[in-house]
Amino acid sequence: MASPLLEVRGLTLRFGGVVALQDVSLEVRAGELVSLIGPNGAGKTSLFNCVCGLYRPQRGVVRLEGRDITRAAPDTIARMGVARTFQNLELFRGMTVLDNLLLGCHRHFRAGLWEVVLGTGRAVREEVAQRERAEAVLEFLDLQAYRDRPVAALPHGVQKLVELGRALCSQPRLLLLDEPSAGLTAEDKDELRYRLLDARRAFGLTLVLVEHDLRMVMDLSERVVVLDHGEVIAEGPPERVQRDPRVVEAYLGVGA
Amino acid sequence: MTLAAQYVANGLASGGLYALVALGIVLLYRSSRVLNFAHGDLCTLGAFLALSALQAGWPYAASVAAGLVGAGLASAGFYQVLVRPVREGTVLGLVITTLGFALFLGGFMAWVWGTDTKPFPSPMSDVRVYRLGGVVISELTAGSLAAALVLVALLSLLVQRTPLGLAMRAVAQNPVAAQLLGVPARRVLAATWALAGMLGASAGVLLAPVLLLDPFMMLDPFLKGFAAAVLGGMDSLPGAVVGGLTLGVAESLFAGYVSVKFKATLSFLVIVAVLLLKPEGLFGRPFERRV
Repeated sequence: MASPLLEVRGLTLRFGGVVALQDVSLEVRAGELVSLIGPNGAGKTSLFNCVCGLYRPQRGVVRLEGRDITRAAPDTIARMGVARTFQNLELFRGMTVLDNLLLGCHRHFRAGLWEVVLGTGRAVREEVAQRERAEAVLEFLDLQAYRDRPVAALPHGVQKLVELGRALCSQPRLLLLDEPSAGLTAEDKDELRYRLLDARRAFGLTLVLVEHDLRMVMDLSERVVVLDHGEVIAEGPPERVQRDPRVVEAYLGVGA
Repeated sequence: MTLAAQYVANGLASGGLYALVALGIVLLYRSSRVLNFAHGDLCTLGAFLALSALQAGWPYAASVAAGLVGAGLASAGFYQVLVRPVREGTVLGLVITTLGFALFLGGFMAWVWGTDTKPFPSPMSDVRVYRLGGVVISELTAGSLAAALVLVALLSLLVQRTPLGLAMRAVAQNPVAAQLLGVPARRVLAATWALAGMLGASAGVLLAPVLLLDPFMMLDPFLKGFAAAVLGGMDSLPGAVVGGLTLGVAESLFAGYVSVKFKATLSFLVIVAVLLLKPEGLFGRPFERRV
């Protein structure tokens, strides 16, 4: 059988005496939508950070299509096709929406410094392709009205879409979404859900979703992985995980 | 009236060069948050390298190119070898590192080229003059201003209109997010340092015919460039250009109407005034620190 798109094996991450992740293993196959849930501080974002190369786990491996990326630099991993969004938005706030999206396309850029300065054929071709992709995503997410506006001035819901758009521009093979619905109104959440489903179909995405909104999780995901205190405590289809007594306990406390 | 116009013209000419120096300082400050006190010495190094190439019989353009490339490599190398490893250190640590490199460069240049001042040839003459109305401008002055403005325009095209410039701005604003989009932040920063070194060397080559070349030639222009950068807001490339030109004109008017002796002091007054009245400078964003 082909190796899974993302494979995490026995990941342990400690900060001093604090254990953020304890022997965590999980697999994501191409085309899947997996949700990662758990109480605050369960280690969901830490796991994302290990996959992206921002944190170095003490033990365990992360593989992307069978290739070990545990110690790879963040920009190398991004170039291999892993994109993510953040809980608290990490946009380039002083730049326009279009510039943010163009940066999303950056991983497809192969021309070096001198080719850009000299304007060689490849550099020009790549720049045109980059712009076309950014405009297409702008249209796909109905963000044309904000195209040339600086990001910092936009409403939170729109900024969330811009961050999603930036990730889509990279045409990721694996997209990690960290609490995409955090801080959104009920209406915006509905919109986001449709956008995600659309994007998944249009871009053939493989998604890992960290999410607190359980309705969104149950609606969207094919598989749910539950983390608590840095350990995987349950895994399976949403209906089953929802009824798992250990999950109920982790969320509501002992004896609930 | 003609006199005032003459002062303004002279001021713009030196202001263009202050702007070039300021651009190098601002480019690094906004991308690496480093105040590079070695910038002036890198400018001088570029001029010395160009002079050696000229003396070896190279044509003028090739010699200048050699000076630019040499200073660019020295600047990028300084970043890779010394600045990057202490980047996590304190602001003071970084300042000391750049000061140390400045002292090293000064000593190195004195050792290789000696401390006596040397004439630096220029294809433009400072005797041939143009007259516009009553204003007299030498070919050298006009040429230097033109060269400075062309370089400024090229830089702004690079930063505003190319994917490399976009990557540079992204790394300056949010290095982690840039890396997670596949932007090789370190290489982009090294390229930024190289670019700053090359800008500096071009300022050095343009100033050397006027100031005469010695290892400490840039002491004064560096301070002026620094004042221009503060005036423009440290963070803003257009600010550095406007700051440079404004300072040049202000200085020239001050020298003409008030006192030549205290001309150099004006840039310090500018720094103090900006820090007191508008610390973010003319074009800088008000300070905001994320917590």
